[in-house]
Amino acid sequence: MKALRNLPGWETTLVVLVIVALLGGGLLSKDFLTGQNLSFLTANFSETLLMALTMTLLVIVAEIDLSVASILGLCSAVLGVLFAAGVPMPLVILAAFVVGGLAGLLNGVLVTRLGLPSLAVTIGTLALYRGLAFVLLGDRAIAEFPQAYTNFGFGTLPGTLIPIPIAVGVVLAILTAVILHATPFGRSLYAIGANQVAARFSGLQVERTKLLLFVMSGLMSALAGVVYTFRFASARGDNATGFELGVIAAVLLGGVSIFGGKGSVVGAVLAVFLIGLINGALTIVDVSNEILTIVTGLLLIGSVLVPNLVGRVQAARQRRMSRGATVSP
Amino acid sequence: MTRSDPVPTPTSSTPPGLLTRLLRAREAGLVGLLLLVTLGTAAINPLFLGVGSVRDLFLNVAIIALLVVGETTVLLMKHVDLSISSVVGLSAFLSGSLFIAHPGMPIPLALLFGLALGAALGSVNGLLVAYGKVPALVATLGTLYVFRGVTYAVVHGGQIYASKLPAAFLTFGTGSTLGIPNLVLLVVLIMLGFGAYLGSWRGGREYYALGSNAEAAVLAGISVTRRTMTGFVLSGAIAGLAGVLYLARFGTVDATAGTGLELQVIAAAVVGGVSINGGVGTLLGAGIGALLLGVMGSALVTLRAPGFYQQAIQGALLLGAISVDMLVSRRAAKHLQAAPERDGRTK
Repeated sequence: MKALRNLPGWETTLVVLVIVALLGGGLLSKDFLTGQNLSFLTANFSETLLMALTMTLLVIVAEIDLSVASILGLCSAVLGVLFAAGVPMPLVILAAFVVGGLAGLLNGVLVTRLGLPSLAVTIGTLALYRGLAFVLLGDRAIAEFPQAYTNFGFGTLPGTLIPIPIAVGVVLAILTAVILHATPFGRSLYAIGANQVAARFSGLQVERTKLLLFVMSGLMSALAGVVYTFRFASARGDNATGFELGVIAAVLLGGVSIFGGKGSVVGAVLAVFLIGLINGALTIVDVSNEILTIVTGLLLIGSVLVPNLVGRVQAARQRRMSRGATVSP
Repeated sequence: MTRSDPVPTPTSSTPPGLLTRLLRAREAGLVGLLLLVTLGTAAINPLFLGVGSVRDLFLNVAIIALLVVGETTVLLMKHVDLSISSVVGLSAFLSGSLFIAHPGMPIPLALLFGLALGAALGSVNGLLVAYGKVPALVATLGTLYVFRGVTYAVVHGGQIYASKLPAAFLTFGTGSTLGIPNLVLLVVLIMLGFGAYLGSWRGGREYYALGSNAEAAVLAGISVTRRTMTGFVLSGAIAGLAGVLYLARFGTVDATAGTGLELQVIAAAVVGGVSINGGVGTLLGAGIGALLLGVMGSALVTLRAPGFYQQAIQGALLLGAISVDMLVSRRAAKHLQAAPERDGRTK
């Protein structure tokens, strides 16, 4: 009955909700279901999509990374400072990834070597990395990146209306899903999340795996930082402030258990799309962000509360039934 | 518990003794650091210890320190309350609207309004966590959004301006009694009261019991659901009160008031030695943690460091504090293990 926390049909429910959001948006405004609008709207959550992928893996091993949006901001600042200093663009991008990887490594070392709770560590690095972004860039904004690069940010795949960042996100999502669901490494994440001690005793490299995941999260946030900077053609220290909560909300809404051991990439990706579509649908009919904020919060709470209550009702019913019948099932 | 032979040093008294010593060392260390930063800055710029700047410093710290009281209560139970910043925002705006609608409203009534509103919002968190079994991180992240959304909906682009607030209320916010700013006095009184509650009252000790070992707490007859509920209601009520004080201090409030305070508050508590794993920490430590972060902040301003450094240093300080904590407690654990046959767990 514990499987109820991760309802087998949760992904199906999310698919239905995504369709409802699409149709609902179409009913609200005839401009919603146009290719142009959907293209614009999906591009808006490409960074969230990217960061949600590695966040899913981290939450499955029962860790969390609150510093993702700050790493995004730090990498954006690195891009801006180095570009302004005249460094060639490929090197600038490489540097952003190195910084992102190192930021993830620091999180990982503090969590796995010192045994600190990731919630506390990444609250600290959330402030630290955002602070470093400001130290690098102050309140300046660096713009005028070469067009070849900004095209990567707000361009679409040739001949289609699919934004390039979303295409990258979907490819990475498929890759992450394959790794998580079809490789021994991916399966080991569930084992670690479900019972860390048991995982260690069965020979899994718990610490090394977690360290790797934190580094991956840092690299993915760096990618999100590159995308964000080019999408808005602007490098600023405060880029994407507060995005971490949206990422975590999407992952949890996607059915990934905060206690670890349960969840799927598909669920998380669907949840990113669901929140993004509701956001877009409400924006197009001029319902201000306030309703969306409330809806996001309620969805997040509901996604955990409803299965809990259903599970409790079922457990109560089962108790009553087993009391009635003497034969054990 | 399983052993029957007499033990020279009772096992029950040694660990708390050690723990208290560690905590004392922690608070002493914090005070040392606090003095170092204060005197160091004052040596470079004597104005740092001027009456005006000390007063400003304490006023700045007061609201964070008040929020730390509620957050500590929740952290002790091994939960977390992320929604406090949204409660502050909603309470600040609604109490401001109330003042504009009824300029003659007595100030204590406004404070009570903040408390009641906060308690109501906190009870939503409590219901979700204690009865709905939703993890606190998820529940309060959700209500962080919901409460902030409600604030946006209520505010609707509007703003509360200091010029529209009754003069008596603003004087309360900026005035002093016996040379101590009113807000600071109020917060210190609340901290003393809560310190006594958490330290010596049965109800207060139950938060520690719950956070140290929930199963043992149940066996000891503690009603976990009721205690959890109470903790979240208290945290909400304090955040609601902090909202009214926020209004009194700043006067001008919009829908984004208080955004991001939750992380500063958790940082202050953790720097002050409150464990995120529950069961460990004191209000004294948490209060010093808040003060230390505040002093660091204004020291940087005094030393003319760009404001940008502040956040980075706060983050580094938090990381340093929790790392040192972990190393100290590991050594303590090793000491306990090294002591021969301390408990019967090896059986």
